[in-house]
Amino acid sequence: MTNLAATPRLGKGVKTAYDRTRESHVVLFPEGVLVLNETAAAVVGLCDGRRTIADIAARLGEDFAGVLPEDVAELVTRLAARRVVETDG
Amino acid sequence: MAEAPFGLLAELTHRCPLQCGYCSNPLELVRRDAELDTAEWCSVFDQAHALGVLQFHLSGGEPLARRDLPELVSHASGLGAYLNLVTSGLGLTAARLDDLRRRGVDHVQLSVQDADPGNADLIAGVKAFDHKLVAARLIREAGLPLTVNVVLHRMNLDHVGGIIALAERMGADRLELANTQYYGWALRNRAALLPTKEQLRQADLVVAQARARSRMEIVYVIADYHEAHPKPCMYGWGARQLTVAPNGDVLPCPAATVIEHLGIENVRDRPLAEIWYESSAFNAFRGFDWMREPCRSCVRKEIDFGGCRCQAFQLTGDAANTDPVCSLSPERAKVDLVLDTETGPAPLAVRKVAR
Repeated sequence: MTNLAATPRLGKGVKTAYDRTRESHVVLFPEGVLVLNETAAAVVGLCDGRRTIADIAARLGEDFAGVLPEDVAELVTRLAARRVVETDG
Repeated sequence: MAEAPFGLLAELTHRCPLQCGYCSNPLELVRRDAELDTAEWCSVFDQAHALGVLQFHLSGGEPLARRDLPELVSHASGLGAYLNLVTSGLGLTAARLDDLRRRGVDHVQLSVQDADPGNADLIAGVKAFDHKLVAARLIREAGLPLTVNVVLHRMNLDHVGGIIALAERMGADRLELANTQYYGWALRNRAALLPTKEQLRQADLVVAQARARSRMEIVYVIADYHEAHPKPCMYGWGARQLTVAPNGDVLPCPAATVIEHLGIENVRDRPLAEIWYESSAFNAFRGFDWMREPCRSCVRKEIDFGGCRCQAFQLTGDAANTDPVCSLSPERAKVDLVLDTETGPAPLAVRKVAR
């Protein structure tokens, strides 16, 4: 799993957008599309290459109840497997 | 009701400077004077976007052969779509690429025929190899993400290690190694392209090792004739993707022109949304109700959707049959016969647009 001190950023060639047809935030990358739920969209929006996983979890905690850093790390790990985000760790 | 599509493969033209014998374009290529014009393509993009398409793959043939490509890119980009340029790299200059990048191209997929220059040019039918090196450098210098796509077959499969090394030297972010799928020109040239079992075994090992160590993402598309299970029909027929051919024909997949009596419709005659949701072509193999045995009761039906409808039609004469690549197909013997008989030397017909 991704280290809590990692600072994820969007991968090369990855764009985020809001899709009015599906009323969802989406991630667009070279050969695919991911439709994000509200939490995932918030996490992706905070992957700026500066914030750590812990920072992201703390920031999300202001808007959502019960956000654990471990949950954010697990989501980032899954997004990294799809190359949507990159981490150096 | 079907869901909205995510991706549009826009085959802007069938014109191409290359003559690859493995091309998946149909044998009957669309001539220039039958191509959709600029306004018609812009309308296709508008309609696709309104339908829910988020990703446009600008392909062909060679999309750079369209003089209005910059206008088309600007228009599609203005809709907020993700733009993937699928190119041979021939005709790409620093100025042209810079212009396309500014107008909104997000990603470039560059085809490469082989790591051996002479063999690469032989496969392409023209001197193309040096252009590929230049194109890769330009794409990298423009800061655009690069996917190198290599179609694998008997004539280059033994060089897969060198091909991986070449893609790394080119600075590719992704490498797609796609064993030839036999449609269009590739089907016609199957006897010259089918790899041997031993070639595939060796290549599989090389690819597995490279995947473990390379910084590139390596996508490997299997040689389905040699497999026990078929490849999935995209994400299901009429489920996530659609293709618009150069003349405006709207296809569930790029190979679907081979299926007779499918009832293919054209954007010049009917709105794209109606074709997607209501046409008989798009509804023919949606869902699972069309399936026969052994697919209907098969646990794999939600994984592979019965395999490829186009291949079922080409090899068994009925698109609703199980893909004969499947070991459970009663017609698997047809594929085995091909594997047994089509691995010797054979001539390669070059792809050409009729004049």
